[in-house]
Amino acid sequence: MTNPSQTAASRRETMRTWLRLSGMLPVLVLLCIGFELASGRFLSVGNLSIVMQQASINAVLAAGMTFVILTGGIDLSVGSILALAAVVAVGATITPGFAWAAIPLALLAGAACGLVNGSLIAWLGLPPFIVTLGALTAVRGVARLAAGDSTVFNSDLPFSVIGNGNLLGVPWLVVIAFLVILLSWVILRRTVLGTWIYAVGGNAEAAALAGIKVPLVLLFVYALSGLLAGLGGVMSAARLYAANGLQLGQAYELDAIAAVILGGTSFVGGIGSVWGTLIGALIIAVLSNGLILLGVSDIWQYIIKGGVIILAVAIDKLRTR
Amino acid sequence: MAATAEITQPPAPRLVMDNISKTFGPVRALQGVSLRVMPGEVHALMGENGAGKSTLMRILAGAIPADAGGRIEIDGRPAEINGPRDARDLGIAVIYQELSQSPNLTVAENMFLGRERLRGPFLTDRPRQRRECAPVLARLGADFGPDTRVADLSLGQRQLVEIARALLQDARLIVMDEPTTALSERESEHLFTLIDALRAEGIAIIYISHRMEEVYRLADSVSVLRDGRDVGGLSRAELDAERLVSMMVGREISGFYQKLHRPAPHDAPVLEVRDLTDGAGIGPVSFDLFAGEVVGISGLVGSGRTEVARLIYGADPARGGSVRLDGTELDHRQPRASLDAGLAYLTEDRKGNGLFLDMSVAENTAISVLHRRSGPGGLLPPATVTAMGRDRIEELDVRGAAPATRVGNLSGGNQQKVLLGRLLETAPRVLILDEPTRGVDIGAKSEIYSLIDRLTASGMAVLMISSELTELLGTADRILVMRDGQIAGEVPNTAANPASPEAIMRLSAGATPRTGGSA
Repeated sequence: MTNPSQTAASRRETMRTWLRLSGMLPVLVLLCIGFELASGRFLSVGNLSIVMQQASINAVLAAGMTFVILTGGIDLSVGSILALAAVVAVGATITPGFAWAAIPLALLAGAACGLVNGSLIAWLGLPPFIVTLGALTAVRGVARLAAGDSTVFNSDLPFSVIGNGNLLGVPWLVVIAFLVILLSWVILRRTVLGTWIYAVGGNAEAAALAGIKVPLVLLFVYALSGLLAGLGGVMSAARLYAANGLQLGQAYELDAIAAVILGGTSFVGGIGSVWGTLIGALIIAVLSNGLILLGVSDIWQYIIKGGVIILAVAIDKLRTR
Repeated sequence: MAATAEITQPPAPRLVMDNISKTFGPVRALQGVSLRVMPGEVHALMGENGAGKSTLMRILAGAIPADAGGRIEIDGRPAEINGPRDARDLGIAVIYQELSQSPNLTVAENMFLGRERLRGPFLTDRPRQRRECAPVLARLGADFGPDTRVADLSLGQRQLVEIARALLQDARLIVMDEPTTALSERESEHLFTLIDALRAEGIAIIYISHRMEEVYRLADSVSVLRDGRDVGGLSRAELDAERLVSMMVGREISGFYQKLHRPAPHDAPVLEVRDLTDGAGIGPVSFDLFAGEVVGISGLVGSGRTEVARLIYGADPARGGSVRLDGTELDHRQPRASLDAGLAYLTEDRKGNGLFLDMSVAENTAISVLHRRSGPGGLLPPATVTAMGRDRIEELDVRGAAPATRVGNLSGGNQQKVLLGRLLETAPRVLILDEPTRGVDIGAKSEIYSLIDRLTASGMAVLMISSELTELLGTADRILVMRDGQIAGEVPNTAANPASPEAIMRLSAGATPRTGGSA
């Protein structure tokens, strides 16, 4: 059945797929090499461990964001949800009798926020941008309220091992982030639900006609994004021994979106992979870390980071055309 | 007609289109079409859906270029139409079926859209625009002013705005594409009087319509297109319904249709549709579908065929009536329930709401039944999906496709096979096919016909919507004809008693049988 032109065509196809999947990996590698050559200190085990820890919370948020963007939506509220969850987690540990429930409560708070977002989007048909923009502000307010508009501390945080301990030498933050990415991949690529998520993002109307319950799929992705933002809150609290409703998690949603887009996920939905997202999150962390190593001022870091994100996506666009 | 004994120059035709062709890739949409319209003439352009009427008018409007070799003359002078601006400068105005207006702007703003009267370099001279449109609106007998927001107007009034806009541009040739589709009877009558007045002023009008009575009421002459060719014209004196219909339909039904299945005797229906309505112009519709038969649904565009199919399938909410499958009432609120009960629907728009173009052939065929094949926790081994895809590719002979091939890379015919494969994967008892061969090449077409025949022979019931009359005549056992959201009639189509295209056209156009040509 196969003829030469057909196998050549399929080889080209495989090549194209591979290129698309590898996506930003070359950019990441080039950045690492560049920073090593310029600073001489980038590729040490200690520094790489720091980079990965810095990437971990963003990677967790961005994993959730990948699900949302794959359906053609957006979740602007993850930074605020992270703040609320962190306040809930630290708050629970200093409330007598609730210390054990700190992590479940934080995750629950995150998932609950996501469910509210998802319900408004799935059942009322409101635009995701508007709903989560509202939630960005409102949940920030709730977080401040929960923290009494101050910072909650606990220097004896029971789950601080998450933020500062290791598993066989690998920081727990990194382990968690990796497990989240792995689990996301399993859901997206090895379950029915995952196929439905791609289908809804690829063509929502066709998905409905094919018998997919589109509202349930949307509800799931926003709930999951909220849950993972809650997990991000736990990770953040564990690292800082503290949480603050006002500043914590500010603009985290933008880093998460940037990671997803850098990872090659299409903004209109239906195309993308969570491994790309991981690479995107690493690129952002590498940039921050490398620029600090080089002693670039804070102001210029912003400008360079923004420029690199736009440049990288522009190159990607040209390459896959 | 006006020229009598006096030696006067006969007036040059307002429009001559000669030997106009248009190909889209491999498709020949128009082949050597000619058209001739005199000043002060209402010229009806008729033909089945897809006969090429719209393509011809889009060429006239400058929306698309014609192939080389044709000739267009306006008022006896050769004309080059290279864009909408050229057409406008030549005095041509096209009023499309879907009006292109900005609802939040006023009537005056819409009439001057794109050629605003200016005061200084940037400012719109609104008083002047208002002053200039008022007399045009008055001339048309409009009961609204230049400052009314278009959103507040009825459809008939919006049509007036379009005509006013054409007059404001000094149009001498106005094309109206099925202008009465959305109008009430009174609004239509007003439009007809207006057309009479424009004709009296010497404006030429090309009037596209499927409705016989309108053609009788208005037309001075008629041209008919079929399959991209012009098959001739009739003057008002020659106007005759039977003749028009046979010109539109043609007489050849080619041999590549397959109808080997024998409909079983009608005992208990598989599908019973009763008083189904969407509460807004579609239905109530009632009919039965029996196992082992193909029932065609014919009707003009806009007659509600697709809407009824979507109501049966549960893609749109019904406001009344019932659908029973094998005697059990369908909870027809969503496609999922229909699929689980054994009712599948093929959309007419496979790219718009059928396929997932970025996903693989295997995923596309399997998507409706994935949840039935998955393991615990919804886990889905990739091999399962691949195997399902491979089976369907073989069964339906999807050429050049592997299970992992991206569906967007396949040809139209192979895409349609993939979509059909998805339906068959659900093992349906009833199959609703909406334009199953649209945009499909001849080879795949005949394969789809023989597939329909095989499925029916094995006991499936098929409801098939099609705009191609010959296709329905070649495949269906009986044909339901829709008009204005209702079933206007049923025509049997057996070997012993084949349906006549004329009967179907008459039902769908709503022409009352009459003799003679005068209105």
